[in-house]
Amino acid sequence: MNKHILKIEESALIIMQKHLENTWPDEGCGFFFGKDGAVRTVTAAYFVQNVKEGDKRRRFEISGLDYIKAEQYALEHQLDLLGVFHSHPNHPALPSEHDLKQAVSFFSYIIVSVYDGLKKELTSWRLNEERKVFEQEQVVFVEVPI
Amino acid sequence: MSKVIIPTPLRKFTAQTATVETSGATVAEAVQDLTDQYPDLRKHLLDDTGKVRSFIRIFVGDEDILALNREETVVENDTVISIVPAIAGG
Repeated sequence: MNKHILKIEESALIIMQKHLENTWPDEGCGFFFGKDGAVRTVTAAYFVQNVKEGDKRRRFEISGLDYIKAEQYALEHQLDLLGVFHSHPNHPALPSEHDLKQAVSFFSYIIVSVYDGLKKELTSWRLNEERKVFEQEQVVFVEVPI
Repeated sequence: MSKVIIPTPLRKFTAQTATVETSGATVAEAVQDLTDQYPDLRKHLLDDTGKVRSFIRIFVGDEDILALNREETVVENDTVISIVPAIAGG
């Protein structure tokens, strides 16, 4: 049984999916926002540039300035910065050793596998800081009526 | 007094406070004051020698202190200091 539940509203999902499909075969990345709690709900997301120098097909990096802007966005909109999303082009949506090494506590890490420019699977993970392992979150997609 | 913006993952060590007013004329002094106010933050920001950990960046305004005068970078009364965790993966 998954310990954590992450609800993702459709509008945020579409932003993430479109960007990650568009950046294929490179890795795309961004931030998502919403409300923390027993169940986390993602209500907003936006993408940022993958500034990794070198092989963007296998690595991503977000600039410090983009991180600062994400914290400001959360404060201004009275949302919680809940985590980071990125893609695995032509690879499964499972965290790599590099993902684990770079992970920080609290954040949810959404990984989307993209094959030939199309989303295949979306998973989300949270770091267990004590055990230094990722725990998979149960992802629930939510349609919000307009 | 400068203002330090605490990144979301570290707010559990600041009683969920997002911004903290700190005293000090340099980044090092501001960080010292911050960790005096919230001692549990210290080991997450600084290594055993008191240096900023490698996976943490500190910005003064829009500038990484690595491009300025590092921890000795001067801060003014209205300076905003941001603590930034490295975000990367594969």
